[in-house]
This record gives sequence, C-alpha cells and structure tokens, in this order.
Amino acid sequence: MLCALLAVSSLGFVPINAVAQTNVLLVPKPDPVAAKAGTTVEVRLPLQLREGYHVNTNKPPDPYLIPLRLTWDAGPITASEVLYPKPETLKVEFFAGLLPVFSGRFELITRFKVAPSVQPGLVNVAGKLRYQACNDRMCLPPKVIDLTLPVSVSR
Amino acid sequence: MPDRKVSVRSIRRWALFAGAVAILASCESPIPENVHLKSVNERKATPDFALKDATGATVKLSSYKGKVVLLNFWATWCGPCKIEIPWFMDFQKTYKDRDFAVVGVSMDEDGWDAVKPYVEQKKMNYQVVLGNDQVSQLFGSIESLPTTIVIDREGRIASMHIGLVSKSTYQKEIEKLLEAPRDVPKTGAVRAAGSEFAWLRSN
Repeated sequence: MLCALLAVSSLGFVPINAVAQTNVLLVPKPDPVAAKAGTTVEVRLPLQLREGYHVNTNKPPDPYLIPLRLTWDAGPITASEVLYPKPETLKVEFFAGLLPVFSGRFELITRFKVAPSVQPGLVNVAGKLRYQACNDRMCLPPKVIDLTLPVSVSR
Repeated sequence: MPDRKVSVRSIRRWALFAGAVAILASCESPIPENVHLKSVNERKATPDFALKDATGATVKLSSYKGKVVLLNFWATWCGPCKIEIPWFMDFQKTYKDRDFAVVGVSMDEDGWDAVKPYVEQKKMNYQVVLGNDQVSQLFGSIESLPTTIVIDREGRIASMHIGLVSKSTYQKEIEKLLEAPRDVPKTGAVRAAGSEFAWLRSN
C-alpha cells in the first residue's frame, strides 16, 4: 500500500486499468501508393499501441510467445521483404534476460516488387497483421487484422 | 544559528527523500494485492463445463463438489500467466489434502500441440484442460488472461481476478474459504438453473 501510494504520489505513476481493453493497437487504413511497373516500392505502416501495452517482436526469444507478423498475399505486386524496427527491451519476471518488444508508435516497412507485366491502374494488395498484446498484468488474445493496400500502377 | 536550522531541515528532507526512494526501489513493479471475497449472499453459482484433459478424458467442473477451486484461465503465450503457474503449483501441493484443487483452463488456439509440452516442461501438478469459446462465454466472455476465479465449496464464485494479482491475494482467499464453515444444505434451497449448477445440488 505504502509502495503504491509513494509510486503514485511521487512519480506521477498511472496504474494500468485492470479492465480488459481489447482494441489496443491502432492500425490505420493504408494510404494509396503510386508505383511504376517493374520497380520496387517501399510502404510504411505506422502502428500505435495503447500506453502500457506491448507486442512481441517478429522473432520473440521464447517459442511460446506469439510474434508480430505482417504478411501480404502473393500476386503481380509481391512483398519481397518486411522490415521490423529495432525493439526495446523489457525486464519481465517470466523470462530470464531482457524481452525484446515493440510499444508506443512504431512502423513496419514492406518492400514490394511490382512485376513489369502489371497493367497500369489500381491494384489492391491484401495483407494480414497478426499480433498479440500484453501489459505487465495481462495479455489479450492474438488478433489478425485484414489490410488492403491500394497501389496505383503506372508505366 | 539560522544556518544550522536550515541545514537540519535540509538533512531531514533529504533523509525523507532517500527513504522514499529506498522503499520504491524495494517494491519495483508491485503486484497488487486485491483480496475481495464476495459475501456468501452475493456469490453466484459457477457455470458448469465439461472439457478434455491431455489424455482425452472429460473433466467436469461439478466433479469438484465440496472443494475450494482455483479456476485459472491461461495460455502458453501469456507472460503474466507464467508468473502465476508456480504459485498455483505451490497451492496445489500445500492445500490438496484440505479439499482444494487448481484447475487450469488453457485458451491456446493451437490446442494440446502447444499446451502439452508446456505442462510437461513446467511439471504442472494440477488439472489442466483445454478451453474454448463456449466456456469463455459462460464466464462472461473471457478476453484478458490470466483470469482467475476462486470458487467456494458450494460451487459459488467467491472472487474473480482479471490480470495478475499477488500470490498472497490468492493465498488469503483460499485460506478464508477453506476455514469457512460448510453450508448446511436445505432441501430445494439450491438447485441448478440452465447451465449453472451449485455444488450442493443433491444427486
């Protein structure tokens, strides 16, 4: 009790609400992208987690943890690489060492190859973002968010 | 003299500050204690379920009639759940001869492929079953893990904790329930309604 009072009063600490908050990751609708046939285009997906929450990295060190994963359907516009940011680390009781995680605002970058044969016009690329979020007291079930990236292809 | 007063005041202030810092350092990331057993009149009957264990055997929650039960919804991907598991193993060992049992309901989507190796690796000494959405709905749609329900001997929900709370919270609740006098069944006073049941239902 004393600890809690001191923490709240002296450090301005805001305890995380123990009530379930299921939508903790803000994923904006991807903006349309312009690309030329036969080139590579880089697309940024900005994400924002609710304060106090984190998600695992794409390569969590514990095999039981669920990785953050952004995937895109194959087609004439193909994701050749997904780049994840540098994680921060957390000291947690259930894992020996420091746990790499993403929190706050961060971006995932996808490099798409636009096939030379793609006809000019609008191509929608479908993707999925899978994540599983926790705070220091609780975890939410894994979620998959469907994404659609509109790509305006020109010659 | 005024200088000396100032310096004594300043030393006191620094000593208070240092004390506060020392206390804060000793209670880094405190796990909240939140003992709140509902009064007997407020407790509702626990919904019954039948789920499979790792061997394929059916486990009915109502088979724990007469016991205090710690019902823990967890998953192998849930970090805070992993903090609690050793505590629950400890409770199972300490209180098993006093009509107490822990039942773990895993909410892993990957089923036993994920859960069985974990249970074996951690040498979990209590009953683990595989949960599903229907069971989650029975308890008001469990979204956050861990969610832990402490059930009294009469099959009523005595407390529900969403998220990690301290080991001492559970320990105090379990001990209070184990020490509580058993209810004397009255004919027709407690009966099942819908999917709900109460331990005192006469068979």
